Parts: sequence; C-alpha cells; structure tokens
Amino acid sequence: MGEPATKEVLSLDELDAVAGLRTGRKHIVSILVENKPGVLTRIAGLFARRGFNIDTLAVGPTDDDAVSRITLTLDGAVHPIDQVTKQLHKLVNVLKIRDLEPGETLARELALFKLNADGAARAEVMQICDIFRAKVVDVTKRSLVVEVTGTYDKVDAFEALVRPFGLIEMARTGEIAISRGRSET
Amino acid sequence: MRAVDALMECLKAEGVDVVFGLPGGANLPTYDAFYDAGIRHILVRHEAGGGHAAEGYAKATGRVGVSLGTSGPGATNLVTPICDAMMDSVPVVFLTGQVRTDLLGTDGFQEADTIGITMPIVKHSFLIQHPLELPRSIHEAFHIARTGRPGPVVVDIPQDLSRADIPYEPVGDVHLPGYQPTTDGNQKQIRLAAKALANSRRPVIYAGGGVVSANAGDELTELATSDRFPVTCTVMGLGALSGTHEQWLGMLGMHGTRTANYAMDEADLIVAIGARFDDRVTGKLSQFAPRAKFIHIDVDPAEISKNVPAHIPIVGDARNILPRLTAEYRALSPDPSRLEEWWTRIRTWQQRHPLGYTDSTDAEIKPQYMIEALYEATGGDAIVTSDVGQHQMWAAQYFHFDRPRRWINSGGLGTMGFGLPAAMGAKVGCPDETVVCIAGDGSVQMNMQELATCAQEGIAIKVFIMNNGYLGMVRQWQELFWDKRYSQVEMGQWPDFVKVAEAYGATGIRLQDKHTLVADMKAALATEGPVLVDVRVTREENTYPMIPAGKPARDMVG
Repeated sequence: MGEPATKEVLSLDELDAVAGLRTGRKHIVSILVENKPGVLTRIAGLFARRGFNIDTLAVGPTDDDAVSRITLTLDGAVHPIDQVTKQLHKLVNVLKIRDLEPGETLARELALFKLNADGAARAEVMQICDIFRAKVVDVTKRSLVVEVTGTYDKVDAFEALVRPFGLIEMARTGEIAISRGRSET
Repeated sequence: MRAVDALMECLKAEGVDVVFGLPGGANLPTYDAFYDAGIRHILVRHEAGGGHAAEGYAKATGRVGVSLGTSGPGATNLVTPICDAMMDSVPVVFLTGQVRTDLLGTDGFQEADTIGITMPIVKHSFLIQHPLELPRSIHEAFHIARTGRPGPVVVDIPQDLSRADIPYEPVGDVHLPGYQPTTDGNQKQIRLAAKALANSRRPVIYAGGGVVSANAGDELTELATSDRFPVTCTVMGLGALSGTHEQWLGMLGMHGTRTANYAMDEADLIVAIGARFDDRVTGKLSQFAPRAKFIHIDVDPAEISKNVPAHIPIVGDARNILPRLTAEYRALSPDPSRLEEWWTRIRTWQQRHPLGYTDSTDAEIKPQYMIEALYEATGGDAIVTSDVGQHQMWAAQYFHFDRPRRWINSGGLGTMGFGLPAAMGAKVGCPDETVVCIAGDGSVQMNMQELATCAQEGIAIKVFIMNNGYLGMVRQWQELFWDKRYSQVEMGQWPDFVKVAEAYGATGIRLQDKHTLVADMKAALATEGPVLVDVRVTREENTYPMIPAGKPARDMVG
C-alpha cells in the first residue's frame, strides 16, 4: 500500500475475508420454525435448489405448540455453513437458527438395530450391548432388536461392531441437540 | 362482509390505486368485489402481461405492484413474472385464485399447486386456509414485498373461502417474528469501511439495483463526490449515478465499458452497494478483481460473501448506510491527491476505448445509432423499458440515464417480452412521464397482445422495435462461438408490425432512414395514444465490447 494517505493507518493488506469459508467439520444446525403447513417443504426446497446436502434431519415439537424444532447435520467441508444459515434466515417461517458449537452441545440420536443372533453369537452381541448401554427390545430364536442412544459417532461405532454378526436392518433418527447450561439453544 | 370485500378494504388500506389482472372461475368472487370497490383494474390480455405490468409499475414508482390471475393456467401464466420479480427484487403482490377447498388435491378443473410451483421463486407465499386469515395475510404480504430486500409474494385464495362472510376489522401493525430485516448498518463496520476508502489508491464504487430499490441515488452521488471515487453500475443500477457525471465509468460486466471492467480488474478496493456479483458482472470468478479488497453493503445478508468473499460486510439499507459512510469518510479528511494517478489511468482507458461503432455511409440505421437518436428525440427525459437481448445492451450502453427508476429492464431472469407490459405498468404509475419501450423484434412478440390493453385503457406508451429480423443476441453468439451456424434465429419479415399496431388500435409507424430518424421519432413520440414503431436496423451487427462467457474482464473483445 505504501505510506498511508490519512492519519488513521489501515493497510488494505490487513483486511481478511470474513466468510464463505469451508470449516471442514460436521455442523449441527438447530432451527426453530413456526409450526405451519409447508414449512418443511420450504426448507427442503431451499436445500435442494441451492445444492446443499443434508446428512441427517430430525423434526419434532418443542415446549411451545406453535414452534417446531428442526435439527440437521451438514458437512462443513462441502458447504459454506454461513451461506446455508443465511439462506435459511430468509425464510419467513424460520424463527431462529443456531449453528451449535461442538463443545457446548449435547447431541443424541436413537437407533434400532435388527441383528442375527443365534447360538454363540448371542452372548457376544449382548456383551457389546452392555458396553454401549444398548437395550434389547425384541428377541426371537434367531434375532435381536436392539435400541441404542448416543452421539452419531457412538451409534456408528456400535454399528461397526455388530455388523459382522449379521445386520438385518437398521433405523436411525438423525441427531437432535440442545446446548449445555442454562441458556436456550 | 365477504372475505373478498375485506380484501378490497385491505388493498385500499395499503394504498393500492391500480391492479393488473384477468378473471376466471376461481377468482370470480374477487372480481365481483372489484365491481364497486373503487380500485382501478386494468384488464390485461395474458396474465404474464399483467405480472410484468405490475413489475413495471413497481419499478417506476417504488410502490408495491399488484397482479391477479385465476387458478391453474392463470397462476402458471404468472410464473415468469413471479420469477422475474424474485431475480430483480421487485415488490409485487400476486393474488391467485384457487379451486374450492373441497376440490384441493383432487385434480379439480383448473387446479394447480400454485404454492408448490412458485415456492422456489417467491420471497414468501400464503395459502389461505381460513377466511379469517385473509386480511392479515394480505397486509403481511405487502409488508414482506416492500421491506428488506423487496420481492414477490403470492397469496393463493380458494374460491369458497373468498365468498365466506367474515367480521372485518382493519388490521393494525403486522408482526412477523421470523422476518426482521436489518436496515441499520453497523457503525463499527461503517467506520472501518471509511478507513479502508481513505487508504485506498485505486477505489471503485460498484452499485447495483439495490441502490435504486433503496431510493439511494442521491446518497450514492454524495458518497462518490465526497472524493473523486469512480462509479460503475450493473445493468440494474443504471441511473443511480447520472450517466453524464464526470466520475461515471459506464456500465460494467459482459457488455460494459472497457474502462469500467479494467478499473474493476486493477482496483485495490471495491465498494459493492446493493449488487450481487452476478456471473454477467464478474466473468470468470477466480480471476475477478484479483487485486481488490471488498466492502459489501447489502440489505440481504445472504448476498454478502455468496460469490465473492467480503472483507468488510455491512448489512443494511443503502439509504441508511451511505450518508453515515460519507460522514465518516469526510471526518478522516483524506488527501484527495492520492487518487490522481488512478484517474490518469482511467482517463487513458476512456480515451483509448470509448464506446463506439462504425456508422453507415448511407441511410441504413445502425442499432447503436437508433438508441442515440432516441436519446436525442426524448432529450433523455423518459422512462425507458426494454426487452432482453442486443437492443437491451445497446440501450444500457447508449442511453444515458440521469437518475434512478428511469431504466426498467429484466436483468436477472432475462425475460423476453418484459418490455412492453412493463412500459404499460410504468405509464399507469407515472402518467405524466414519457414512457418508451425499446423492444426487440423477437421479444416484443412475446407480449404484444397488451397493445390491446393499452388501446382500450388509453395508455400512451411508445414502443420502438429494433427490428433486425433475428433473435439477435443468439445469432451473435452463434456467429462468434458456434462457427456462424445460425440455428433457428431467423425471424424473417413477419409479422408486419405496422398492421399489427393498427389491428390493436395503436398507431403503427415504420422507420428506415437514418437521416430523418430523430425527427421521425419525435413525431412518433408526439403522436397520441399507444404507438408501435418498427425501426429497421442493420441485420447483423454485434454488441461490443464483450467479455466472452467464462473469461476474465481483461480478455474483453470488440
């Protein structure tokens, strides 16, 4: 820039671009929306036309009947998260958006696994369930249905361990999340 | 009263003095209410014409335009104007009829999922599900359309609900918890921007349609002249700074001036105001303004850092921010001489690369000359609308718009057939102004039916068709980039526009002599009622200069 032209020195070189960057990590975004017909369509449509890919999505009621919470997870390596949240903010029915800080967030998902578990395998599966505090909710001679809650990573780890025994099918809710401490999410 | 009578009261409360529409089965109750509501209704010949007219009205006046259509095809015909209004941030409320609620979802006659079809192209939409919702939804629609970044709002009204008897009470303030646009710019950011400006050596102000929407033309001029900041505008922003101002660089982008594009290329600081770094402006994004830092002022936070990362983002209304930025800048009392070197460079470009063309040696009318002649014939004192194509770019280049809201075109969506109905809407909104449409012979045929509306309503627009018998811009691209293989661009000599004009009850004139063109145009402008002028121009002329698609600005050709 050379010598400053005013008494207040500010080199243009010092200016950094402030947004549009990829964070490279997973983001959990919590969205409070008005509980009205079509709101989920608006959000899904926005993601589709802007080319944002949702990894998981969970929708449910909140303590207020007029408000629903949508929790979704996105890959910050693929999407500029600030652009995603700013576009969401433009939807009139969206009340509040939080891109949750990983360290200050409790995230859980629920998963159901249907597993092959006959003979000797059964005991071993039960042991893994114990370690993960998973609950057996259905038993037949040859199968088990197991309920697991935890973070996305924990459920992933459980899946990896039980898969070799024969995973018949699996259903996962996607994470829901809430912030730690007294303040509202 | 009936819900539709309440609708009329709401429209009046919003200050609506005119609507553009076409009735059908599903909005019969609404039209019954119009019968003695005392609101001017202009019966268009095609809903798209009505939608674009509402846009033209909104762009010329700054007020919210209103357009109506019935269910099904009425609503789908409005899709193009809705999308156009979305892309160019035009405040228009679209009221569509819908089939009775007991038919919804049954593929009833003239049923279309209007809300679903339009969802990606509206700022917001309402499907009325209870007649009591109607008044509040109407006011919310107007509020959303006009505030923040303006845009289209659709209100879809099922026929049975519109007939319902409701107790109507005027609606007070609207309250939308999820919609709180930021208008006041952050003072710290404004101060930082002032400092950056004071320390820049090669600044450029790049203004877009947002400056026009915000009615911030004077505030922009004030900022520009607080020092000698060079100014360029997008095709949507033309007139934000007068086209005859000595700091004016001309339009930027694909068919902008070399000076404007070179200045962006070499700038060290770019102040983007109400502009969105569209691909027609940036050319190849990775090589756009490689030396510049960016101050980005926009009322829509999602535009900031969408295409080009901003260094100093300021969210808010340009009319709020610009005077504060000017004041902060002045307080720094920077040394104006630091810009001298920059201006020397700019003046060199201006001298070396002025806009220009080779004029004919006979009576043939060059398209660029046609615009210059029209500028002369109107004295520059006109609202000018255009369609989309070569004529639009020549109009943007050669008609020097001296203030905002004088140039009305379809920039984002690039809608052929926009110009004529937009002129109609602009003339209705500004009856004392001369309203001129510069049309293409291809484009004009897409909404020519509205000449009948103009004749019936006495809307005296003057349409000048730049007739080269081609879809000219496509032909130009085929010539330059597709080995001159002209595929489906030849329009020939049809129709006979003079006869068309006469059939519609307008005056038709054909002009083909350069030497009398200005005088002939003056005569056409002085002719009463709607006039359609068929100006025969050079058939194969290219719009230059040009940044080839996907190339950086410094690779301009022509």
